[in-house]
Amino acid sequence: MEIPYTYKARPDTGLYNAKVGIWLFLASEIMLFGALFSAYILLRVSAPVGFWPDVALAWPRGLLNIPIGTFNTAVLITSSVTVVLAWASLKMNNFARFRVYMVITVVCAFAFLGIKSFEYNDKFSHYVVRLKDGKALTGHIEVNGKHPGFWNFQDQWDVAKLADQKVDKIKVEVDPERDIHGHAKKHAGHDHEVREIAVSDIQFLGSYTPSTHPFFAVYFLITALHGLHVLGGALVLGYFAFPGAKMWKSNPEQFINRIEVGGLFWHFVDLVWIFLFPVVYLL
Amino acid sequence: MSQHSTSSSASHGDDHDHDIAAHVRTYMIIFGALLVGTILTVAMYYVDFSSMALTVAVALFIASIKAFLVAGYFMHLLSEKKLVYGVLVLSAIFFVALMGLTLWGSNDLPRNSVTKTLYVP
Repeated sequence: MEIPYTYKARPDTGLYNAKVGIWLFLASEIMLFGALFSAYILLRVSAPVGFWPDVALAWPRGLLNIPIGTFNTAVLITSSVTVVLAWASLKMNNFARFRVYMVITVVCAFAFLGIKSFEYNDKFSHYVVRLKDGKALTGHIEVNGKHPGFWNFQDQWDVAKLADQKVDKIKVEVDPERDIHGHAKKHAGHDHEVREIAVSDIQFLGSYTPSTHPFFAVYFLITALHGLHVLGGALVLGYFAFPGAKMWKSNPEQFINRIEVGGLFWHFVDLVWIFLFPVVYLL
Repeated sequence: MSQHSTSSSASHGDDHDHDIAAHVRTYMIIFGALLVGTILTVAMYYVDFSSMALTVAVALFIASIKAFLVAGYFMHLLSEKKLVYGVLVLSAIFFVALMGLTLWGSNDLPRNSVTKTLYVP
C-alpha cells in the first residue's frame, strides 16, 4: 500500500506529511534549546556584579571574539538565504541553479564550523592565572616552549600538572586590560606583554574550558550542540544536492518538498544562532 | 505520476514563475535587513546603556525582529496552515512556562550559596 500524502497535501490540514513532521520536530527543538537558554539566563542574572576574572564568579562579558562572531553570523545568514533560493530555483524548474545554491549553502555550513573550531582553539589555549597575591591575569600561555590548544587538547595545564611535570616557570602573553564592561581599554594597544611567572606564585591556573567558569560550561554546551545541528543540516542538504537529487527526475514534487523541509530545519538552526550570538558574545 | 506533475506545473508555468520571482526579490531584501540587523546588534554592544536590563532588552528586541524576518519570510510562516500555527502556539506556551519557572526560581538558591558581592574596582 502506498503511503498517502507524501507529497500531496492532505485536504483537511492542507499539509503534506513531512511538513507536519518537521514542525513537530522543530517544536521539540525549541524546548531543547529553550532549556539550555534558560540555564544560561539563570547563571547570567545570578552572577555577582563585576567583571571576571577580577571577581571569581562574575560574568566574563566581552571575552569572545566579536568580529569573528559577527562574520560567522553573516555566513550563517547567507546560507539561510541560499537554501531558500535553492528551493525557489526548483520551483522555477532550474535544477542547475538549485545545485549552485545548495553547494554555497553547504560550503557556508562548513565555513561556519571551521571558524568556530578556530574560536574553540583560542579558548582552549587561553588561560586565567590567579596569583597567590590575589591578582588575576589572562592570556595565552607557553609551557616548555609549547602552546596548548583545542586541536591538541590533551596538552591542557593546571597547577597540579605543572607540579607533576616539575615545571617551575611559565610564560603568559598577557591580554590587554579591560574596563568593567569588558571592552578592551583604549590605551592598552595591541602588543601583548609577555610575562614570566614562577609556578610557586600561582594559586590557580585554568584554560577557558568548562571546569574554569560556568560561562565556558554553558557556552561550550550550547554552541557545540548548535554546531552539531549545523553539521547534521550540512550533511542532509549535501545529500539532497548530490545523491538525493535523483528524485528530481522520478518525483519532482516530493523532491521540492524535501528541500523545503530541509530548508525549514536550516532556518531554525539560523534562528537559534540569531539569539545565541548576542546572548553569548555581547551580553 | 511524476510526468503528470511536471506537465501540470509547466502548463501554467508563466504566472507561477512571476510569483516565485517576486518571492526571490523579497528574500534578497530580507537578506539585506538581516545583515543590517547583525551590524546593529554589534553596534549596540559599544553603546553604554548604564542599565543591564536595558542592554538585554535592546539586544533581544533586535534579535526578535531578525527572528521574525527569518521565520515569517524564509520559513513562510506568514502564510502557513492552521495546524502549524497550532503546534507553534503550544510550543510558545511551553517555552514561556519553561523560562518563567526558571526565572521564578532564580532567587531560590541552594543552601550555602555564595551571595552577590559588589565589585570594587
